[in-house]
Amino acid sequence: MALLELNGVALGFAGNAVLQDVNFAVGERAIASLIGPNGAGKTSLFNCITGFYKPQRGSIAFDGAQMLALKPWQVTRAGIARTFQNVRLFRQMSVLENVMSGQHCRTSAGAIGAILRPPAQRREEQHIREVASACLRFVGIDPEEWGRDATTLAYGHQRRVEIARALATEPKLLLLDEPAAGLTKGEKAELVTLIGRIRDERDVAVLLIEHDTSLVMSISERVSVLDHGVMIAEGAPKEIQANPRVIEAYLGSEDAEAALAL
Amino acid sequence: MTLTTILAQQLVNGLVLGSFYALVALGYTMVFGVVKLLNFAHGDLYMVGAFTGLLALSAVAGTAGTSWVGVGLSILLAMIAVGFLGVVIERIAYAPMLKAPRLSILITALAVSLVLQNGVLTLSNGQVLAFSPRLGFAGINLGPVFINYKQIALAGTAAVLMIALEFFISRTQYGRAMRAVSVDRDMSELMGIDVNRVIAVTFFVGSALAGAAGTMAGAYYGSVWYFMGFIIGLKAFTAAVIGGIGSIPGAMLGGLVLGLLESFGTQIPGIGSEWKDVFSFSVLILVLVFKPTGLLGKSEQERM
Amino acid sequence: MALEPGSPGPQSVEARPSAWGGLLAILDTPQKRGIAIVLILAAMVIAPQAFGPYATVILTNALLYTILALGLNVVVGYAGLLDLGYAAFFAVGAYSVGILTTEFGWNFWATIPVAVIVAMIAGVIIGGPTLRLRSDYLAIVTLGFGEIVRIAARNLQITGAASGISGIEQPWLFGWHIARQVDFYYVFLVLAVIAVLTSVRLANSRLGRAWLYVRHDEDAAEAMGIDRVRVKLAAYIIGAIYGSIGGAFFAVNLTAISPQSFSFQQSTLFLMAVVLGGMGKIPGVILGAFVVVLGPELLRDLGSFRYLVFAIGLLLIMLFRPSGIWPAGGKR
Repeated sequence: MALLELNGVALGFAGNAVLQDVNFAVGERAIASLIGPNGAGKTSLFNCITGFYKPQRGSIAFDGAQMLALKPWQVTRAGIARTFQNVRLFRQMSVLENVMSGQHCRTSAGAIGAILRPPAQRREEQHIREVASACLRFVGIDPEEWGRDATTLAYGHQRRVEIARALATEPKLLLLDEPAAGLTKGEKAELVTLIGRIRDERDVAVLLIEHDTSLVMSISERVSVLDHGVMIAEGAPKEIQANPRVIEAYLGSEDAEAALAL
Repeated sequence: MTLTTILAQQLVNGLVLGSFYALVALGYTMVFGVVKLLNFAHGDLYMVGAFTGLLALSAVAGTAGTSWVGVGLSILLAMIAVGFLGVVIERIAYAPMLKAPRLSILITALAVSLVLQNGVLTLSNGQVLAFSPRLGFAGINLGPVFINYKQIALAGTAAVLMIALEFFISRTQYGRAMRAVSVDRDMSELMGIDVNRVIAVTFFVGSALAGAAGTMAGAYYGSVWYFMGFIIGLKAFTAAVIGGIGSIPGAMLGGLVLGLLESFGTQIPGIGSEWKDVFSFSVLILVLVFKPTGLLGKSEQERM
Repeated sequence: MALEPGSPGPQSVEARPSAWGGLLAILDTPQKRGIAIVLILAAMVIAPQAFGPYATVILTNALLYTILALGLNVVVGYAGLLDLGYAAFFAVGAYSVGILTTEFGWNFWATIPVAVIVAMIAGVIIGGPTLRLRSDYLAIVTLGFGEIVRIAARNLQITGAASGISGIEQPWLFGWHIARQVDFYYVFLVLAVIAVLTSVRLANSRLGRAWLYVRHDEDAAEAMGIDRVRVKLAAYIIGAIYGSIGGAFFAVNLTAISPQSFSFQQSTLFLMAVVLGGMGKIPGVILGAFVVVLGPELLRDLGSFRYLVFAIGLLLIMLFRPSGIWPAGGKR
């Protein structure tokens, strides 16, 4: 059974069909990608999976449990974490504090613990910092930077901090929304390595939305193609590249570059 | 008095009261539509309108008398004055804050409200001033119910203003521009609409309506007080919410509904006039919790 | 941990604007900050003797406002919820004490837990359904609740209607009758210190961080697994607790309470204290509380004009210095 399974998911806004009868699955420890022309509904699909949108029809199952009725924070607690298309780090907070936010759902100290500071609460605070530090080291952010306001970091570093933050929630599945956007060639290569390590060293399945087709093809084990809310193809990267429907979908859209890259 | 007489009388009272609420609620909703801000100081514009009307009446008393003509003139003068005040407030206090965090602009609106209140408090020494037009107590009998001329004039004026507003919204260029800006501000700008101008006009019209309502209230109830805007502001907000915030017909409908609810509500044993405000606020809270889009509003599904 | 909203790692650049703001230049080491705090506390302790009975009354009031402003600061400054009806919790505390001691003869100290619990229940009832509303609506709804509480207090028999409750007995603590104004001064001083310490600890905790995450970006916070409704409700209830404790001691200090003390004007004064000093920064909030209480005293000659001065001050601060009058400083 797949780690994440969507069946017959349909979503519409004010009469526009955004997703139509989407069947989709991601296996445990898989690295999969979701591609498609602009406006295909990829981020909307992410939003359905993470609980920000409620599909009108269909079911979403994760690790055996039904996800449809859950609020976003419950989805994260269940083991799905995400990054955002436009980096959304918490302003006026340090890099470390940003990553510490991921540990909120794995810890429990409340107001009483905060005020009285019993040993258990202090251990928990220590643990939160340790996990956050480990995540930051894992993505390769220098400890010198940890005290800085997160939004003052270089763009590439901010993206990595966002990934560290998501990893701090101890997920089983990590959703990356266009993680390569705005990165240099060298940074993209580092990203590919990082994604591999996330799966190999941390046992986390990764699902990416990405426009950089060569990056997608080099790292994914499985590629799914969404066009106008419909899943038009799924398979290994080589198969997708050869699929005429996929090429047509890209050619028909403004994504000529992506089409050529195929 | 029979039950039908009481109910009929309350119906009249409710509609009259509702006209006040509707006029003030319209200003609230119009401003919310274009700048997506609840102008906390709106109720105080109503209060300033009442005081301005009082001043205007004393000013024109010599030439136009203090009867219908005098009062009518006062309403007009108050509308213009308060309209301009509204624009000034928008330019000074709100325009610079539109990029600031939400919390800051809300507190700014609160500050404006406090400045208006305390300003008038200082000028009037906190006293309740008498507003005494010579309108008499005559009226007509409609079945078992007595409706005095003041009530007719009030409801009538309110109706005229609302019809004028409706005409303004649907037929004039500014009206259309206003609707466009409410729906999508950035798109309107791209289409060449001078958004700042539209906002200024909206504030003018909304504030003028509140000013009119204030003067009418002063004339009707016979007194003005620096704190009278506070409760009216809350009631107007309630009315706007009941009708659906951002919807102009909604504000009119909401005003009438609230007026009727209050009038009939006070007849329920246990809820005397002291508790009627609690009754209205409870309605507000219930509507916000269970049907936040009100009667005529649209549901929002926010896109991420 | 010290009063610093801390971040581990090199202290070279402050990530979060420091609570000490511009004073950081002068008080740049923890030792200096410690000395400053000790000096201030010492000054507060000798104040009644140094400044006389009238000043003691004013300062007691300032300490009361400090406690309440710190409570409202948790709601507005940390969690970012504009609460315009905070006086309602103040009223709940005061009336709980008033009713239980005069009607039912309870010992004051026993009434405090009741006052706190009633305030918490009120917080859940008011906050539960409304905290998920957008901020404008929330502001007006909290205002509405504040009014409901005040009108109820003014019309119910059990709360003494418009004349309120009087003849509240002043408490005894281990043989010490807390009855003189100077006694209450020290009681409020202790309470204020506790309030400050509690606020500091809350700020530097998992919950304190959660408030900031939710305040800065609600959706990103949710995506990180934070239940924003629960976090907001926690802030609201904690604010309620501060308010009711302040109200409880206020009641026995004055021995008489009436609905006038719990009006919207009162709520705005508390809010002004939080905003003037700089929302979210504890030293700033304390300063704001003192300004709000001492200001009208210093401006007495202006009569009713002084509230206008305050209102204009608030407006000017929002327009030109929204972070408050506390000296800003530190890199952002």
